[in-house]
Amino acid sequence: MSSVQELLAEQSDRSPEQLIPLLQEIQRREGYVSPAAMVELAGALEMPVARVYGVATFYNQFRFAPLGKHLIEVCRGTACHVKQSLTLLQHLQRKLKLRPDGNSADGRFTVLTVACLGTCSIAPAIKLDGEFYGELTAERLDALLEAVARADEDAEVGEL
Amino acid sequence: MKRSLLLEPCCTRCTHSPGTPCADLIACLAQGPICHDDPRCSSLRAERLALVRRGGQGTVLFVGAGTCGRANGALHIVEAIDSFARERALALDVVEVGCLGYCQREVFVDVQLGDGPRLSYCDLRPDNIREFLETVFDRGELRNRFLFGRHEEAASTGPVAGDVAGDVAGAAPVAGDACPAASATGAAAVYDAFADIPLLAETPFFRRQTRVVLANCGLVDPSSLDAALAAGGFAAAARALTALTPEEVCDLVSTSGLRGRGGAGFPTGEKWKIALRTPAAQKFLICNADEGDPGAFMDRAILEGDPFRVIEGMLIAAYATGASKGYIYCRAEYPLALARLKEAIAQCRAAGLLGRNILGSLVDFDITIKQGAGAFVCGEETAILASIEGGRGMPRPRPPYPAVAGLHGKPTVLNNVETLANVPGILHHGPEWFRGLGLGEAAGTKVFALSGQVRNTGLVEVPVGIPLREVVYDIGGGPVEGHCIKAVQIGGPSGGCVPDALLDVPIDYGTLQQLGAMMGSGGLVVMDERSCMVDVAKYFMDFIRSESCGKCTPCREGTTRMYEILSAVTERPVGDELRRLERFRGILHLEELAETIRDTSLCGLGRSAANPVLSTLRYFRDEYEAHIIEDRCPAGVCQGLREYAIDPALCIGCGFCLDTCPSMAIVGKRRKLHYIIVDRCLGCGACTEVCPKQAITAVA
Repeated sequence: MSSVQELLAEQSDRSPEQLIPLLQEIQRREGYVSPAAMVELAGALEMPVARVYGVATFYNQFRFAPLGKHLIEVCRGTACHVKQSLTLLQHLQRKLKLRPDGNSADGRFTVLTVACLGTCSIAPAIKLDGEFYGELTAERLDALLEAVARADEDAEVGEL
Repeated sequence: MKRSLLLEPCCTRCTHSPGTPCADLIACLAQGPICHDDPRCSSLRAERLALVRRGGQGTVLFVGAGTCGRANGALHIVEAIDSFARERALALDVVEVGCLGYCQREVFVDVQLGDGPRLSYCDLRPDNIREFLETVFDRGELRNRFLFGRHEEAASTGPVAGDVAGDVAGAAPVAGDACPAASATGAAAVYDAFADIPLLAETPFFRRQTRVVLANCGLVDPSSLDAALAAGGFAAAARALTALTPEEVCDLVSTSGLRGRGGAGFPTGEKWKIALRTPAAQKFLICNADEGDPGAFMDRAILEGDPFRVIEGMLIAAYATGASKGYIYCRAEYPLALARLKEAIAQCRAAGLLGRNILGSLVDFDITIKQGAGAFVCGEETAILASIEGGRGMPRPRPPYPAVAGLHGKPTVLNNVETLANVPGILHHGPEWFRGLGLGEAAGTKVFALSGQVRNTGLVEVPVGIPLREVVYDIGGGPVEGHCIKAVQIGGPSGGCVPDALLDVPIDYGTLQQLGAMMGSGGLVVMDERSCMVDVAKYFMDFIRSESCGKCTPCREGTTRMYEILSAVTERPVGDELRRLERFRGILHLEELAETIRDTSLCGLGRSAANPVLSTLRYFRDEYEAHIIEDRCPAGVCQGLREYAIDPALCIGCGFCLDTCPSMAIVGKRRKLHYIIVDRCLGCGACTEVCPKQAITAVA
């Protein structure tokens, strides 16, 4: 049974109101919303696939490709913009050799931009794997990435 | 889920439960028991109340752990305190509270020792928390370098936490006046010993603030219904449900002059009346917590720091309009706010403050949380409706207004988080009190999120009508060392930039509109000479362009065209003369285009989309001219106009820059001098980072 079917089995409410919450739940479980998942969901909610696709692509939250191992969300709010978050983003793009879709060449990182993280007082801010980091500079960002890389190495050694 | 101690029956004569609701449930907390007379029950209740107000039995540490505090390591600090307590075998209670608002000095830790005042310490980080704990608990030095101030007596033992700023502003005492000021006389002597420590309300950051909505934020445990009740929570809702009619509640809110705090500023009481007068079997109430404005975080802080105040406001609004089902539409980007809301709603349900027959008043009301999915336009009220119904968040023409035909065609009231958080205060202290809070004609207070190039960033709550300069210079502390403030961006993508020279204007709905800005939801981003106003206008246009829902043509096409024009202005006109001509022509079109978009767009997003451009054109025309005529960005921000040069004396011809350059603008043979072809250069500056000799610099 696919994970979408599992999810639908848990959820009895089939009203159209449930479309966005279900898409969110699929993304939470899978990391992204696949075309197959959208087709299954459309069938279950008895609506055209086009409607599901239309809604999913309307909202910024939904992603349609798998994520890298680590997710970096760079805040592009006004306060962060004033404090040079664009420089941070470009630094990341160069350092991680990001492709246009935001995934790094080695597949370890995905860098996305968000409209505002709501932590303007500690701008410029990013969210790395769900944790917020503020008052960043290119140097602090490098240190953060190194810490992530070290943790990954330790984990790999641990697995062996 | 935490169980409520305060709502536990005092003895068997106390019979209330969600199944058998009691109208006196809330009044009983402070004055009870009401249904029977027993000194033992009274003292038991007083003891419970004192305990909850204090935060715990022994030494209590309150850690400011909102999202901003957590980014500064608040959770590591909590862990450090726990392990310190275990090592020393100390009984330390740790309470995680929301954000106090002074984000610049995070993390805040308050210490409540014995009968003494609650002392506030700041600038704590995971790397110095150990030192702090050793100083306070091993050496007993309460006055140390981290000390920020002491809370007013009221905050720890008096009636209500948060009276602090209310009193300073000359306002009547907040909530719960009927409560006995527990152990006040005995503690007086202890307090005198701390008289040398400044009160929090007297510190420069807090002195000019009037904290009503934020009264509990950072002081009271946001995950505990008890803490909210002890701070006077739900007293106003109880009064509304048991003693007032819906019309009376609407009238009170109307006379108070409360206007929507989400940006548009529609009178709240009037909106409620429309919904109340529309007959329908089912009505809805929606709390708009889709705070999409970049640069605004008031709603997040309120939801994280005091979710019960918002729920109480919703309960009152639901009663006043006849809504039986409520939604909170909250951004998915605010995980902590969502968690706090879930917890708060569950506790209210268990206590019978949400659900069926609330407080025996025959009022049914329950709240569902809807997570937003990251669309700025969903802050618009008809777009929220479409989103909750499961569709794309696209606005529709009004009328009919949602108050007449909203969610599923039923009357629906939409209010912003801060608007709803203002309601309990109005019912408790009366509309005159609320009117008196504002300066001049304006009523009430407004929370602003102060950020950008200013000394003190954070959340400030000030009377509506206060001059902008006071907020930026007195509370915000003015410009960062060695810089000067150029402008303040107010109101996010719908607002505008107010230049430094005009900062003396009072902040209210009308004045700001005359200046081409708007109050918006309350983001205040301070910019100094390092910011380029053309770049700021371009930034907002880029934002609006990508957030436009695409339903109406003026907004969808117009904003894209405006962005293209601004982009051309911020880039070097390379090659033919046509491009140069286009830049001139574009700027002529910009104003006309802006006016067309403003007049013909479907919703507020489009109608206000041009504000950032129009206001910067109005006040910073010289910067636009420098870009267009001189190909120069005065602030040096616009990458497309930056020029780099290689110092021939330093270049060793290593070729690193040549390999890095994304636009192949660098030429040169190995071990020979390299050159930059200016016309090809994008101005990204990547070459400066890789040059081992620092030979590449920007040309001034």
